[in-house]
Amino acid sequence: MQLALFLIFGVLAVLAGLNLLAQRHPINSALSLIVVMLSLAVLYWSLGAEFLAAAQVIVYSGAIMVLFLFVIMLLNAGEEVRSKGSKVASLIGFPGAAAIFCVLSFAFLSERDKLGMTTLGGDLTGATSNITEISHVLFTSLLLPFEVTSILILVAILGAVVLARKEL
Amino acid sequence: MVPIAYYLILAAILFSIGVAAFLIKRNVITIFMSIELMLNAVNLTFVAFAHMWHQVSGQIFVFFVMVVAAAEAAVGLAIIIALFRTRQTLSVDQINLLKD
Repeated sequence: MQLALFLIFGVLAVLAGLNLLAQRHPINSALSLIVVMLSLAVLYWSLGAEFLAAAQVIVYSGAIMVLFLFVIMLLNAGEEVRSKGSKVASLIGFPGAAAIFCVLSFAFLSERDKLGMTTLGGDLTGATSNITEISHVLFTSLLLPFEVTSILILVAILGAVVLARKEL
Repeated sequence: MVPIAYYLILAAILFSIGVAAFLIKRNVITIFMSIELMLNAVNLTFVAFAHMWHQVSGQIFVFFVMVVAAAEAAVGLAIIIALFRTRQTLSVDQINLLKD
């Protein structure tokens, strides 16, 4: 059951990622990125991270991607012009990306037995729910980093407002 | 029952697609989106390892990554808007003031 879920949404995520690569209009790329994020939310849920699955849908596909779509429509971005791109990127970049993928896959597959199997549903330490556990850690031992992120968000809002003003 | 390794390999595939898109794409917004794709791939490994070790620390790290990604998207898109105002283009081939 979980394998079917993984296969369906894993393949969907990879196909949508490739579609992001293949499409030339930014709107199409953004829509396929939303599909990637939604399938990743299902995979998070199957790994027992219900809170992150909800946050992925709300924050990533709900807020960030809508921001992207707004900017694409605001700037009236058309189809991108295909050009050669830089030589260094194609000479070092693609073999590098392929090498990263090969090394990672080799390492993961050779350590496959030690990494273990997943079990559907939350199997975290206690019998409590995932959200209870996360909020317990977040609001006790990690309270200071949590509050610092609110300052980070505030700075980001101010920076966005200043940068997007008419006269820079 | 799915091996954790499969989740990690899926994340590696998505990360490589993100790297390739970052190198191939010529539109600033699409390049920015491929960075988001790479962030998402890394988040998947965090969640998979959190599941493996039965701890929430990995999930909390993903939460912080999401916060930083939201801040980054807001500032980055504002920079892109400012860039478009001055250069009237989104193609990275024509944004080469520092290069010349």
